[in-house]
Amino acid sequence: MDSVITLRGAVSVLGRFPALAGVDLDVDRSEVLLVSGPNGAGKSTLLRLCAGLANLAQGEATILGFPLPRRRREVRRRVGYLGHANGLYPELTVAENVRFWSRSVGAPTGDVAAALDRVEVASRLHDLAVAHLSAGQRRRAALACLVVRRPEIWLLDEPHTGLDAAARDLLDALVREAVAGGATALVASHEHERSSSLATREVQLVGGVVTWSRKPNSDERPNEHPDERPNTHPVDTGQADGAPIAVGGGAPHVP
Amino acid sequence: MFRDALLVAGKDLRIEVRSKVVLNQIGPFSLVVLLLFAFALDPDRGFLQEATPGLFWIAVLLSALVVVQRSYALESVDAGRDALRLSGLDPAGVFLGKAGASFVVLMALEVGLIIGVRLMYGASLRGWPLLLVTTLTATVGLVAAGTIYGALAAGLRVRETLLPLLFLPVVAPVMIGGTRAFGAALDGSSAEGWRWCGLLGTFAVAYVALGMLLFESLLEDS
Amino acid sequence: MTTTVQPAATAPRATRSAAPTSTGSRFTRVLGVVALAMLCLQLALALVISPPDVLQGDAVRLFYLHVPMAITGGYLGVGLLAIGSIGYLWKRTAFWDLLAASAAELALLFTGLTLVTGSLWGRPVWGTYWEWDPRLTLTAVLFLLLIGYRAMRSATLDPHLRARRSAVIGLLAAADVPLIRLSVDWWRGLHQTATINPLDTALDGLMLFTFFFSMVTFAVIFVWLLVHRFRLAWLDEQVAAHSLEDAIAERRAEAEAAGSPGPTGSAGATGSAGASAASGPGSAVATAPAAGTTHDGGAS
Repeated sequence: MDSVITLRGAVSVLGRFPALAGVDLDVDRSEVLLVSGPNGAGKSTLLRLCAGLANLAQGEATILGFPLPRRRREVRRRVGYLGHANGLYPELTVAENVRFWSRSVGAPTGDVAAALDRVEVASRLHDLAVAHLSAGQRRRAALACLVVRRPEIWLLDEPHTGLDAAARDLLDALVREAVAGGATALVASHEHERSSSLATREVQLVGGVVTWSRKPNSDERPNEHPDERPNTHPVDTGQADGAPIAVGGGAPHVP
Repeated sequence: MFRDALLVAGKDLRIEVRSKVVLNQIGPFSLVVLLLFAFALDPDRGFLQEATPGLFWIAVLLSALVVVQRSYALESVDAGRDALRLSGLDPAGVFLGKAGASFVVLMALEVGLIIGVRLMYGASLRGWPLLLVTTLTATVGLVAAGTIYGALAAGLRVRETLLPLLFLPVVAPVMIGGTRAFGAALDGSSAEGWRWCGLLGTFAVAYVALGMLLFESLLEDS
Repeated sequence: MTTTVQPAATAPRATRSAAPTSTGSRFTRVLGVVALAMLCLQLALALVISPPDVLQGDAVRLFYLHVPMAITGGYLGVGLLAIGSIGYLWKRTAFWDLLAASAAELALLFTGLTLVTGSLWGRPVWGTYWEWDPRLTLTAVLFLLLIGYRAMRSATLDPHLRARRSAVIGLLAAADVPLIRLSVDWWRGLHQTATINPLDTALDGLMLFTFFFSMVTFAVIFVWLLVHRFRLAWLDEQVAAHSLEDAIAERRAEAEAAGSPGPTGSAGATGSAGASAASGPGSAVATAPAAGTTHDGGAS
C-alpha cells in the first residue's frame, strides 16, 4: 500500500500557538481516516496542513509524494478541502461557482452539470446566486465544487454539520465512491457514530498530537452492516471512462 | 498563467456586474470627491480649471484605493481567500487576473471622472492622445501596486487602515507623473508630457513584474 | 501505521542556545568607543574648528550632520533593507528578516533626523522650515515608506506572516526609491525654486575634510547601532523560539494528561466506544477528563 500522507513530527503554529505539536501520521491510499478529539485538539489544523493551507513550522510533511511547504501548489491542486466555510462566492450562481473550481484544474465543462446532479442540487437552482440558497443547499454546492475537481485526498472538516439526513447519506456515499475510485479521505468529526461507520481507521488527536490509532472492530460498529467495507460498496461510477463523472481520485485532471 | 488570469479576472468582473458595487457606490464616491474640491477651492476664480490635473489624479488615487479594497473584500466573504489558495491557480496568474479586473473597473471610473472634470470644472481636453496614453499607463501602475498592497494587507485585522498608509506613498511617482503629463497635455506642451509618460510606463512595468514575481509568497499560508 | 507520541523529530531552534545572551561583545565595545570618539571629534570639527561658509554662514555646520545622516539612512539603511528582504524571500531564515527589520528601523531614525536637521537648516538659509527641495521631498516620502514597513511589522503577531509580508514591503519600498527620486527631480526641475542646495556648496580644505570625516563617523555610528539592534532582535527571536518550544511541550503534556488508552489494546478501544455510546446527546456534561475519548460522544 502506498502512503499518500506522511507526517513526521509536524508542528503547525497559529500565530504563536502550536496547534499541531509534533504529529506523526501515515495514511495509505483508499483509507477513510476518522480524526477525532476534543475541541481545540488540532483536528482542523491537521486537515489544513494536509491541504497546504496551514504552515509547517517544524518536522516534515509529504502529501501525495510532494513535500510541504515547497510543493504547496501541487498539493492544493490535488486535494479537496471542505472546511467550516463553503468557499463559495455569494454573488455568483451555483453553476458559476462550480465552473470556477472546475476550470481552476482544467476539468471539462461538461463535468459541472454532472457534479451538480451528483450532489442532487435541483437544476432550477443551478442559475441562482449562492446568496439566495439555504445553508444546506450551499453545503451541497460546496460539495459539488469538491466533486468536480476529482480530488485525490478528501479533507472534510465536520462535514455532517448542518446537513439533513438525505444529505448526510449523500455525503457518505460520495466519500465511499471516491475511495472506491482510489481516493483517500480524512474526516474530522465530533459525530462519532455517524463518521465511524464510514471510517476504516480512527485516530485521536489531543493537544496537537496523535494519542492513538485503531481500526474499528466489528463489535464496535453501531450499525447493522458490520462487514461493509467501502471498496465493496456498490458504486455507479467505478470506472471513470464511461460514466459522466467519476468522483474518485483515480483520474485527476492535473498532469 | 494567462488562462488562470482570465479565469480570476472573469470571476471578479462577473461579481462586480452582479453586485453593482462599483456602479452604485464607488462611482458616486469619486464624483463626491470632485464636488468636495469645488467646495474647497473657489469655483469662480478659475482655480478649479488650473488645478484640474492634480484634482483629477487625487480623485483617481482615492478611487483606486477603494477599488483595491473592494477587490479583496469580495475574496474575504465566506473564506474566499482560502478558495484562491486552494484553487491551486498560478500565483502570477491570480495577480494578473485581480489586477486586470481592477484595471477595467478603474478605467471605467476614470472615464466618469474625465467627463466630470470636463463638465464641472470646465477643463478642456486638448492633447487627447497624451491624455489617453497617460491614463492607460498610470492606471496599469496603480492597479499593479494596489493589487500587491491589497494582498499584503488582506487578512489582517488592521487592513482598512494599513492599506492607505502602504499604498499612497508608494504611488507618489504616479501622482506626480500623471499630474504633470495632464498639465502638459492641457497646456499643449506635449513633449514635456511624453517624458512623464515614460516614467509612468517604467513604474507600471516595474510593479507588474514585481507583482508576478512576489505574489506567490503572498498566497502561501494565512 | 501505528502512531505514538514521540518527541519532535527536529528542533532546530533549540540549538541556538550557544548564541550570545547580551547585545554587547568585545567588538561592539571597541566599536562603540571608536564611534563616540569620532563623534566628539566630528562635532568639534563641524561646530567649532571648521570655518563658516561664505554664503550660508554658520548654518553650514548643520549640514555636516544633515547630509551624512541622509546618506547613511537613505543609502546604507534602505540598501540593507533591500538586501535583507531579498535574502529572506530567498533563504527564509530569521537572520535576513531581522537584518531587514533592524536596518529599516535605523533608516527610519536617520531619515527622521534628516528631516529635522533639514528643516532647521532651511530656516536660516531658505527662510522657511520646509522647502519642496527634491532631496528633502524624497526623504519625506522615504520616511513614510519606512513608517509603513514598521506598521506592517506591528500589524501581526505571527512571525512567519510578518517576516514574509514585511520582506515584500521592504523590497517594494526599495524598488520605489529610484522612481520617486526621478519623479521629484523632474518635478522640481520644472520650477527653479531651490536656491541653495547643500551639495552645491563649494567646499575646500578643512571643510571638505570635515564633511568626509562626518560621513565616516555616521557610517560607524550606523553600523554600531545596527549590530546592537540586530542582536536585540535576535535575542527576542530566541525568546520567542524558546517559548514556542515550551508551548509545544505544554501542548504535548496536555495530550499525556488526557491519557491514551493505547493504540491497539482492545480494552482501550472498547472502553472508548462504550464511553462514546453512553454519552448521548445532551449528556456530555464533562466530569474529570480521565479519558480524552469522553469528549467525542458529546456532539457539540
